[in-house]
Amino acid sequence: MPQNNEILENMRIAPEVNRYRIYAPDIANVRRAGQFVIIRIDDHGERIPLTIADADPDRGELILIVQEVGKTTAHLATLKAGDQLKDIIGPLGSPTHINNFGTVVIVGGGIGIAPCYPIAKAMKKAGNHIVTILGARTKDLLIMEDEMRKTSDEVNICTDDGSYGAKGLVTDLLKNYIEEQGNPDLCVAIGPVIMMKFVVETLRPYQIPVIVSLNPIMIDGTGMCGGCRVEVGGETKFVCVDGPEFDGYAVNFDLLMRRLTLYRKQEHEAYELFKRSHRCQIEAEL
Amino acid sequence: MQEIAAKFKEITPKERVKIPRQPMPQQHPDKRVKNFDEVPLGYTVEQAITEANRCIQCKKPSCIDGCPVHINIPEFIEFIAKGNFQRAIESMKKYNMLPAICGRVCPQEEQCEATCVLKHRSEPVAIGRLERFIADWERDHGKIALPSLAPPSGKKVAVVGSGPAGLTVATDLRRSGHEVTMFEAFHAPGGVLFYGIPGFRLPKRIVWAEVKILQKMGVELKLSHVVGKLGTVDSLLEEYGAVFIGTGAGLPYFMGIPGENLTGIYSANEFLTRNNLMRAFEFPTYDTPIVDVGRVAVIGGGNVTMDSARTALRLGAEKVYNIYRRSRVEMPARDEEIERAEEEGVIFKLLHNPVRYSGDENGRVKEMECIRMELGEPDESGRRRPVPIKGSEFTIDVDTVVVAIGNSPNPLIPRTTPDIKVGSHGNIEADTETGKTSKKGVFAAGDIVLGAATVILAMGHARNAASGINEYLQTGKW
Ligand SMILES: Cc1cc2nc3c(=O)[nH]c(=O)nc-3n(C[C@H](O)[C@H](O)[C@H](O)COP(=O)(O)OP(=O)(O)OC[C@H]3O[C@@H](n4cnc5c(N)ncnc54)[C@H](O)[C@@H]3O)c2cc1C
Ligand code: FES
Repeated sequence: MPQNNEILENMRIAPEVNRYRIYAPDIANVRRAGQFVIIRIDDHGERIPLTIADADPDRGELILIVQEVGKTTAHLATLKAGDQLKDIIGPLGSPTHINNFGTVVIVGGGIGIAPCYPIAKAMKKAGNHIVTILGARTKDLLIMEDEMRKTSDEVNICTDDGSYGAKGLVTDLLKNYIEEQGNPDLCVAIGPVIMMKFVVETLRPYQIPVIVSLNPIMIDGTGMCGGCRVEVGGETKFVCVDGPEFDGYAVNFDLLMRRLTLYRKQEHEAYELFKRSHRCQIEAEL
Repeated sequence: MQEIAAKFKEITPKERVKIPRQPMPQQHPDKRVKNFDEVPLGYTVEQAITEANRCIQCKKPSCIDGCPVHINIPEFIEFIAKGNFQRAIESMKKYNMLPAICGRVCPQEEQCEATCVLKHRSEPVAIGRLERFIADWERDHGKIALPSLAPPSGKKVAVVGSGPAGLTVATDLRRSGHEVTMFEAFHAPGGVLFYGIPGFRLPKRIVWAEVKILQKMGVELKLSHVVGKLGTVDSLLEEYGAVFIGTGAGLPYFMGIPGENLTGIYSANEFLTRNNLMRAFEFPTYDTPIVDVGRVAVIGGGNVTMDSARTALRLGAEKVYNIYRRSRVEMPARDEEIERAEEEGVIFKLLHNPVRYSGDENGRVKEMECIRMELGEPDESGRRRPVPIKGSEFTIDVDTVVVAIGNSPNPLIPRTTPDIKVGSHGNIEADTETGKTSKKGVFAAGDIVLGAATVILAMGHARNAASGINEYLQTGKW
């Protein structure tokens, strides 16, 4: 029997992107699409939010897809099957509002494809026609294509450099789709903040409802610190409890982008320090 | 210690009242602003016995009425005076299970010490310092004995939240022989004692020591478990005979003024949690960062405000302003904490209120506009209402702001337990005598009921709730 919070598998699925299978039966049992967990690797670790990309309640497993962007995610990538995370807290956030809307366009960019997957799956199950638009910088960085194909009726792919699918941005594909097929009933867009911002701008003339999922800096994830606050419709909201999903038209993306950069200096320092000491460790092992 | 106690044997009542109140040894301000270690160092044995001998052992002690949990103050002090520390701590623990904590953080000057008769002649007996002394003596001498437990009752109780309220209920119910499981959302137990109150006022090892005892008694602690997200009160009721809610006042207020979401503006909860729970002051040894604080403004006038201001100083702030809209007398913070903040160099801007913030090109706060205030007619709290003085606006350059204007009850449980009655401020309605809520089998106490209050009130009401739960488990009557 695995231990709670034990990593069952850590697999690299793209450059700097890993897929973790983790034993967390209580959370796997109750989590729903759109929810996230907060993890802490060890006693010195920070608490970081990660979207639940999938779960298997029968086996008690959670799937997390994590891109290496700093010290904590780099540290996570070095862990092996059998290692145990110190804490997994969740499931947090409000689940996605799932309904039979009709046609739902799901736009996923980069690592944002991971949180799109459970939503696409749940929307599909609810009877929607799923049109998926995936974007990545380059072919190697495109993740979860097979999974998304399985839950979608239509998949359109683009890369910034044209190495796979169409050359261009998800907003180009989105615009083409609408011009050719007419307005979908709902759009869900998850990816880099800048992508979500431009997806919303693309949809604005058509007034197609759009849901975005936000990823601010968090600590507790239960509404007690306000570190995750954003502006939605001119009001302050706490993403961890009021979100993470919001009406895309109401979100102040510029503010979110600025808030995400607050610790850039410290994050860089910690990352460099980790890389250096990790390199030493590997050299010592060799 | 017997020799020291013997010195006071022949003392006359007249001489007794002439003994000066013993000062608390503490770290020098210049030194302490550079570390996170505890500021007051605690009485020596000699000081404690001397201070205890100041107590005139009133026939009708008024201090006891001033204590929310009615500690038999003259009794434990008399034992200290005689050098019998073991009996002193035993007496104390009949009423208060967490004296090491209360001795440090209770507002004694408004409670027991406010009603001490010596206050009229000179200065009250330093009851809080003696309380702390006796608790530290017990812990440092390895004398902490596990309380005896009643035979197993076969009943199970879930305690949600591990702050002072949860710790108290868990101890009492475990002593009554019930199986107790305590659920805590954070990865460390203690509630505000851990994440809120800084180590320079309440060292974390003291909180841990209390929790260890609880675990040794057989209380099961489930950390990182958010009730309402991972299961609900209703699902707990299927497994447990009763559920106690002690989830505290965890939701920070902001003022809702322009620019408040600029970076560098924190709620006190976030600022303190980053430091106390996540140890950002030890970054990069610990992974959680905090900004370079620079010039700091802390808004508010309570203990939380002082804690934030003093934390900012220890993080190397260039300047720390405390902006408060009323005057010093209305400040809810303990006098002792205000004095310490002043000694450490906090600059008080009383009768001031922020009206807006502006930021630099990166969205980091750089300036706050304040307005001067004056006191008008008393408001519903009985304090004179602060009113802005028109045209008195001016700006202060700041790099970091900490908003410490209070917290409201945590809404997670009420939101996921629709049939529990909540008041207008989102607080769970519960009878303070029994802890009963509107929902059968569910009890509550502490800040979730009172709104942000005090450790001792949370503990006092939690004790009542523990009796209420005991009775309910025995009789099944609601
Ligand atoms: C910075 C600061 C300084 C203070 N200074 C003083 C002082 O000097 N003197 C004094 O007397 N009082 C002081 N107080 C107030 C005092 O700390 C509180 O009144 C007291 O802690 C309340 O106790 P509680 O048990 O009700 O709640 P809390 O201590 O708030 O504990 C509640 C616990 O429940 C947990 N929780 C919440 N929701 C859930 C959930 N859904 N599932 C599981 N767990 C959950 C929380 O994480 C928390 O650990 C201070 C408060 C702060 C913030
Ligand atoms: S992460 Fe603290 S309130 Fe959302």
